Amino acid sequence: MLYSEKVMDHFTNPRNMGVVENANAVGQVGNAVCGDIMQMSMYIDEDGIIRDVKFKTFGCGSAIATSSMATELVKGRSIEEALTLTNKAVTEALDGLPPQKLHCSVLAEEAIRAALADYYTRQGVDPEPIVGCTAGDCSCCHQH
Amino acid sequence: MTPFVYADHAATSPLSPGARAAMLPFFDVEYGNPSGLYAFSQRAKEALEKARAQVAAALNAPADTIFFTSGGTESDNWALQGVAQSPRVKGRHLILSAVEHHAVLHTARHLEKQGWEVTLLPVDAQGMVSPGELEKALRPHTALVSVMLANNEVGTLQPVKELAALAHAAGALFHTDAVQAVGRIPVDVEELRVDLLSLSGHKFGGPRGTGALYIRKGTPIVPLLHGGGQERGRRSGTENVAGIVGMAAALTEAVAHMEEDNARLTALRDRLSATLLAIPRSALTGHPTARLPGTASFTFEAIEGESLVLRLDALGVCASSGSACSSTSLEPSHVLLAMGIPHEIAHGSLRLSLGPRTTEDQVDHIISSVTRVVADLRAMSPLWTG
Repeated sequence: MLYSEKVMDHFTNPRNMGVVENANAVGQVGNAVCGDIMQMSMYIDEDGIIRDVKFKTFGCGSAIATSSMATELVKGRSIEEALTLTNKAVTEALDGLPPQKLHCSVLAEEAIRAALADYYTRQGVDPEPIVGCTAGDCSCCHQH
Repeated sequence: MTPFVYADHAATSPLSPGARAAMLPFFDVEYGNPSGLYAFSQRAKEALEKARAQVAAALNAPADTIFFTSGGTESDNWALQGVAQSPRVKGRHLILSAVEHHAVLHTARHLEKQGWEVTLLPVDAQGMVSPGELEKALRPHTALVSVMLANNEVGTLQPVKELAALAHAAGALFHTDAVQAVGRIPVDVEELRVDLLSLSGHKFGGPRGTGALYIRKGTPIVPLLHGGGQERGRRSGTENVAGIVGMAAALTEAVAHMEEDNARLTALRDRLSATLLAIPRSALTGHPTARLPGTASFTFEAIEGESLVLRLDALGVCASSGSACSSTSLEPSHVLLAMGIPHEIAHGSLRLSLGPRTTEDQVDHIISSVTRVVADLRAMSPLWTG
């Protein structure tokens, strides 16, 4: 099998798929030419807790699985905790990814960051010092 | 229970029962090495020569122009490298189509590193090479032109007869990779006037690890494999007698049933295409009519091919995709890109290839499965706004 059971589980039965209706944080990374786009929408409450998070993804099995896993890992967490989420953590939670698919986990981490950056921008706060680079194309397929 | 529907005959096909039966004695009963002098070996040699005559008959070729190989990849490698290395070949220019199989493309790249000049012929939106483009590319020092008979990804048939005539008029040899065509559509080397033709056994119900190269008499080509001098000194290595016998039996069978199989396959494929093309923002790739009877290939916008194939697998449908993520290269299919299909759409490609044993019910299952999976993945896609 190309993928672990966990990857197949999240690919076949994705968690938190869709768009959060009252979202106050929305981020999208990747591009269609490269073959993967991830969109994350969140509702973050006054205490800075991610109360709801949903994804929409165009991409391969591992792109969908990493999106799904990333939403599970940040749901109910604080912004600070979500910012510590690494692509490595997403990959480990899925029991690993094939080497050529590792960029999908990078994309998932970036999608979370992009949504959090949007949250700060909406609050009138410059996100860069807090969230870092969210240019979104850092993980484009052509660099792999 | 999940049904099992095999719709990837362009990748490989099940061994035909006739081929299986023909092969069995040669594993453990008639196991003689055809090179031996005793009667036991000579029986194996006779089986080998009978198989050669069968393969030759299927191509309308003389028996002594058929050389058995390990498959399509070896045949393609031999055709290109064997001609390139022949001392009788003077030019150092090779022309091929941009949609060739990697066995041809990568062999050409290898020759390029050894100083050969390689020209890739463009294809139109249906994946077809135009004879005009070949005419423009031919030079006085063009040694060989290689254009496939039928494309493995989209099924488009190439005007090989016309292309071979143009190559010959310019003094160049012509090779065709007929791996997808032999056993599926009529192939006649005299009508096509090709000098070299590659075929593979497992595409038409023969076993994997078998193939052949047709070499027209007088064609300058040297061996790729040196050794004991089998295949009249042109392809060394103890012959895979069981495999060769199986390939020949499968080919004879396929040719005998071709007309009725193809009438049925074409009807099934056309129904499959017409129904799937009712899905919004879907398209058929390849030529609408000049194509292999069993091959239908599509693009579905806003979704990605690997996801499509894996979700279809969960519903019991085996299919393939030319998407980047279904390969290790992270680049979508060179065939779809050469046809001018944008990257973002090429990512959503699906190839369904039917075979002689595909049933009406199986096609219904493919249709309902693809329809469902495309809808499910689009519901998940940020690109889908329909």
